[in-house]
Amino acid sequence: MRVCIVGCGAVGSLFAANLATLPELEVFAYDLNVDHVAAINRVGLRLTGAAELVAPVNALTDAARLPACAFGIVATKAMHTEAAIAASAHAFADGAVASVQNGLGNEEVLAAHCARVIRGTTFPAGRLTAPGVVAWEVQGDTTLGPYEDSPASFEEVARLAALCSRAGMPASAVADARGPQWRKVIFNAATNPLGALTGLSHGALCERPALRALASQLVSEGTAVASAQGITLDADPEELIDYAARPEVAYGHKASMLQDVEARRPTEVDYLNGGIAEFGRRYGVPTPGHDIIRALVKGVETSWGT
Amino acid sequence: MSERVLVAGAGAIGSLLAAHLAQVCDVSVLTRRPAHAQALCEEGLRVSGRAELRAEVRASSDPGELPEPALVFICCKGTDLAELAAALRGHFPSARMTTLQNGLGAEEVVGAQGDWPLLSGVTFMSGTRHSDTHVEYILDTETWIGPGRGSVLADAEEAAALLRSAGLKATAFPDLLPAQWSKLIFNASVNTVAALTGLPHEPRFAAREHPADLGQLVFDLIAEGKAVAAGAGVELAEDPWEMNLHATRRGAAHYPSMLEDVEARRPTEIDQITGALLREGARVGVPAPLHTALYRLVKAKEASFR
Repeated sequence: MRVCIVGCGAVGSLFAANLATLPELEVFAYDLNVDHVAAINRVGLRLTGAAELVAPVNALTDAARLPACAFGIVATKAMHTEAAIAASAHAFADGAVASVQNGLGNEEVLAAHCARVIRGTTFPAGRLTAPGVVAWEVQGDTTLGPYEDSPASFEEVARLAALCSRAGMPASAVADARGPQWRKVIFNAATNPLGALTGLSHGALCERPALRALASQLVSEGTAVASAQGITLDADPEELIDYAARPEVAYGHKASMLQDVEARRPTEVDYLNGGIAEFGRRYGVPTPGHDIIRALVKGVETSWGT
Repeated sequence: MSERVLVAGAGAIGSLLAAHLAQVCDVSVLTRRPAHAQALCEEGLRVSGRAELRAEVRASSDPGELPEPALVFICCKGTDLAELAAALRGHFPSARMTTLQNGLGAEEVVGAQGDWPLLSGVTFMSGTRHSDTHVEYILDTETWIGPGRGSVLADAEEAAALLRSAGLKATAFPDLLPAQWSKLIFNASVNTVAALTGLPHEPRFAAREHPADLGQLVFDLIAEGKAVAAGAGVELAEDPWEMNLHATRRGAAHYPSMLEDVEARRPTEIDQITGALLREGARVGVPAPLHTALYRLVKAKEASFR
């Protein structure tokens, strides 16, 4: 069976390398990073950290060369979803495509190109340390469910979840995957931009009661928007925030948005705080906190051009 | 040349005042660092930009070494005011003290250290210090002065006339509080956004086509500030939103001091500016959630410098 990872950055590489350890799978990876792709094809995709392994992956920068695949796993940054799936959708004409990306709205974009879509949320995280090498820094679960408007069959969802689990990335199939997704989006939207705007690690910002209170305000706005849509969060984002602040979990972790800001790359703020604000407007729930956070981070992005 | 003036604090504003005033009267400069005073005594002061001036000044870091002035302009940043006021304690009993700090409450800080007659000032001038003895004059805008403890309007008019005779723009007002509040709200809304985004004060601060536009945030911040002013019974001298529009249309982008502080990883005047607004809001029972959020973010950003 063939599987293709669309967007083979840190998270995409974790899926690609782990799935490639299953003998029955042939794993492809589509990414535009020429050096990363060349290194993977030369010596394999290497993981360090939570697992030490080198896996054979067929990497390519030209999506036209992709063969037909049973599954796609899209792991690009949210602003690249449209371009990535437009180029690769032909490979999934008979397959199902899962988003394991950050933020809101990715499944809608995939469904414009693919018939059977899976709504996914994943917690593992890592960092590209060199071409072909990814440090696996945070382990965690993945939740997959049929995307309501353009669903993959539940049997397909369960098959993908089983493959991921057997490959060492625990995944579960659920009927309604919105709860886990909103839980992660709210967690990220309430913490990542605070790190990006202040330069503080997750743990350091949680230690400041005033800033922690600002995160709580963002959580409660996000939870209200989720509730208005009839979405029940599968866990309390507040508890996740405090859990992640523990020294043994992610105290010193610099949020990906802070990493983006330090590297002067566009952030995912439009898909996190912007996504919550957009759904808030649709459902008549005010989100003043997310509005100002989004405006400030967009201001940071524009400051690099001046 | 009968008037003897002391400029206390030789940052950008102090240097601009001292160099201009030295053209028409006897000027002493009180510095924090002895090396700064020595450089001023040896090289004098140079102004470039809006004016080209050279001035000889008397300078010391010890007020005991300076002659008694009739008028003092206190030009240090709000963060340094308590220390400077304490250094002035017991000196120059017949001098009139003029505070020019951002925010509110400078008069009380100085007044607590001696029973000098006081004048309240706000200045919209700006400059960039290139060295201890060279300041570039960027904005040749107004300085406003009003009577404080132990002073009358005529005293404020005399001080304003002196500044005008030195080539600066200055106006006296019977009550400075409305102007101080206008500038307070303007600074609390513009400087914080600049400090958090890295953007100088430029046209994006006035753009509000989309809810996430930066100008919308600035507009909402100013509206909150106006509500606090109304609650405190203060009728503003100028609408801070109009000040914002005017300043962003001036052409060259202005770097607010809070942005310069953040870039230099120095403490900012957040407590004197937004802190003052929040204290007034709490006193009169007007909530200011947006200013509270920005206050927390700037305080956390300062914490990341340590």
